[in-house]
Amino acid sequence: MANSVPGGSALDTRPPGAEIEDENRDAAMAGEPPFKIHPTAKQDQLAAAIKEAAIAAVVTLALAGPLIGLKTEPAIGTLALEQRWLPVAVAVAIVFVGRLLLRLFVWRPRMPGPAAAWRSRLTVTLPPVTGRLAVGALFLVGLFLPFLVLGFFPAHSRQYVDLGVLILTYIMLGWGLNIVVGLAGLLDLGYVAFYAVGAYSYALIALHFGWSFWISLPVAGLLAALWGIALGFPVLRLRGDYLAIVTLAFGEIIRLVLINWQELTNGPVGLSRIPRPSFFGLEFTPGPGGFADYFGIEYKPIQRIIFFYYILFALALFTNFVTMRLRRLPVGRAWEALREDEIACRSLGINTTNTKLTAFAIGAMFGGFAGSFFATRQGFISPESFNFTESATILAIVVLGGLGSQIGIVISAVFLIGGIEMLRNIGFLTAIFGPGFDPTQYRLLIFGLAIVFIMVWRPRGLIATRLPSVFLKERRTVSGELVGEGRG
Amino acid sequence: MSRWLSDPILSVEHLTMRFGGLIAVDDLDFQAGRGDITALIGPNGAGKTTVFNCITGFYKPTEGRIALALNAESRGKLDDVTATGRRGAADRNLFLLERMPDVEIAQRARVARTFQNIRLFGGMTVLENLMVAQHNFLMKASGYSVRGLLGLSAYRAGVAEALDRAKYWLDRVELTDRADDPASDLPYGAQRRLEIARAMCAEPKLLCLDEPAAGLNPRESADLNRFLQFIRDNHDLSILLIEHDMGVVMEISDHIVVLDYGERISDGSPEQVRTDPRVIAAYLGVEDAEVDTVEQEISA
Repeated sequence: MANSVPGGSALDTRPPGAEIEDENRDAAMAGEPPFKIHPTAKQDQLAAAIKEAAIAAVVTLALAGPLIGLKTEPAIGTLALEQRWLPVAVAVAIVFVGRLLLRLFVWRPRMPGPAAAWRSRLTVTLPPVTGRLAVGALFLVGLFLPFLVLGFFPAHSRQYVDLGVLILTYIMLGWGLNIVVGLAGLLDLGYVAFYAVGAYSYALIALHFGWSFWISLPVAGLLAALWGIALGFPVLRLRGDYLAIVTLAFGEIIRLVLINWQELTNGPVGLSRIPRPSFFGLEFTPGPGGFADYFGIEYKPIQRIIFFYYILFALALFTNFVTMRLRRLPVGRAWEALREDEIACRSLGINTTNTKLTAFAIGAMFGGFAGSFFATRQGFISPESFNFTESATILAIVVLGGLGSQIGIVISAVFLIGGIEMLRNIGFLTAIFGPGFDPTQYRLLIFGLAIVFIMVWRPRGLIATRLPSVFLKERRTVSGELVGEGRG
Repeated sequence: MSRWLSDPILSVEHLTMRFGGLIAVDDLDFQAGRGDITALIGPNGAGKTTVFNCITGFYKPTEGRIALALNAESRGKLDDVTATGRRGAADRNLFLLERMPDVEIAQRARVARTFQNIRLFGGMTVLENLMVAQHNFLMKASGYSVRGLLGLSAYRAGVAEALDRAKYWLDRVELTDRADDPASDLPYGAQRRLEIARAMCAEPKLLCLDEPAAGLNPRESADLNRFLQFIRDNHDLSILLIEHDMGVVMEISDHIVVLDYGERISDGSPEQVRTDPRVIAAYLGVEDAEVDTVEQEISA
């Protein structure tokens, strides 16, 4: 019959191998020298270069001979011809040597473009063992950071441990958002809303009911998760840009409610004197009954900061443990499948509504934990801390680190949050640019440029590969180019 | 009497699908027999994929009834269940697919499908694709993630069972060696096979294949024929497929339904359909008066 031509209806597909042929063709065309010469050995290359240079030199001689070598001089009653062969020789020599050098070192046949060369030079391919070692090293540095800081930078210890706490807060926020954006592929621009819900929940519970930190924390996390579901429902049908706009609006609504609901939230003034967590009932205060007194050590304000650091370190480890575990459970696999192809998910009976809602809820819960911690650390919160810039920063951490990568987020949070603080210490540049130059004013500019360069260098983020959740023989990473980005 | 009339797993009655003014499917009736391979064929634009999308719930039909009966007895209750306005019988053996959303059709009525343009989870490995297909089974095994988060042994047993099922189908489609490769890296024919294996991992009662042989070379088509026959003979399910490759259709189908302009123009065994003058007319595009002459020329 008419339609019995095999493969006749598959015009959009190409036979396997077609791409390889294309690539070979591209490779053959890349980096052509001005003259098509395909030398095989080095001697051939040299001989060809000398020949080419000689031709160029002859051409130069033919041109320069009459133009430079002969000059008319007005003599008495007539014109005399002056001969100047030295400049001609110099010109020919310059062309010969120049052409020879260009041919030998610059116009290499099949030289890949400079961008490709740079990329291949900068691409770090670590064997899996090194990857595990790096993770272990990061963990150890994280575990002992306060003591390392106390040992090496006693003068700045408070500042640096505080910075460590700040970075850890953002790592936690990044990991929370990673579930929504990185795994489920749902672009959320209003993530700060859950951070705010967590912070205000903790503050209000602690101030009005006097519950301790360890009870308020899970409650605040659950409330944030509820708000995650509340956001999830209206945006279930939205994808891509539309989803992003609605989540952005959601973040703003929460902030405006916090500003205007004076009776509950105290409006723009914010809530202060939020209780601090205690170490098994021991307060970090000077005098009898405090932590220092109980253990018989000298009271220092930094003890409280180190305590905060370890609370947050434990929370972050918990977050990471749960996320890694969820990724290997059916629900985590469904998140990733949703990011790859929602229609295929539905055809396999995966309830995409529940899958999206769990992603929003769990991501929001971790944001709520981070928010509670933020409230208790600062002791004061106001709506100003929860504006869009925060959402953007958290999203930048996730994108820069590589969507879906837990360790990438750690690296990018250290870089983004730590880097922007460390750029305050570039006073030495004054010595270069003169006293009228204040380098710290250019901190954000330098920083922005650095981000642009990183994204050009690694368009899919620092850690672009994906680790499969299950394997038969060996766990091989999947290149980021194959992994879907999600369209909503 | 033919099996599709005596014991149909799927019966489509008065199915109509309108998109604005366009009538894609017009008052279509057909049955698919239990355990049969039923082929839905027709010229381009005849409405085959629209019928598929109605059966699998991706479209909500404008009119009509699509009944899926998991055993012969439950068909007797069809009219009673329809009258109650519910989505199916309480014993979960009879479903009215036109009333159900796509997810439930796949999850409860156990209808799995593949797509004309392959839809794999490209960034996930071959094995992961097969594990995602067992989502609902694994969700139960993991106690809706609670048991799984705690790492209890009941979940581990569930995972082992799911892995065994995945390995079984990997062997069947000859992809065991590539189990840990990303699905996008597979050649085209292997992607088609993987999509069918993925649908089979969901353990369907009705498998709907939308042009499974499209883009395959003759050897791959022959392999596909054997594979589909293997599925039919060794697993308790029925297959409904859309196909343009007549080599595949005529060789493996037990029953062929021919559509043209959204209407059924022929229905029967491959031999009956092959010689039906209306089918020849629809494919070759001749006037009704000339059908006899054309038919003689073809058979000559």
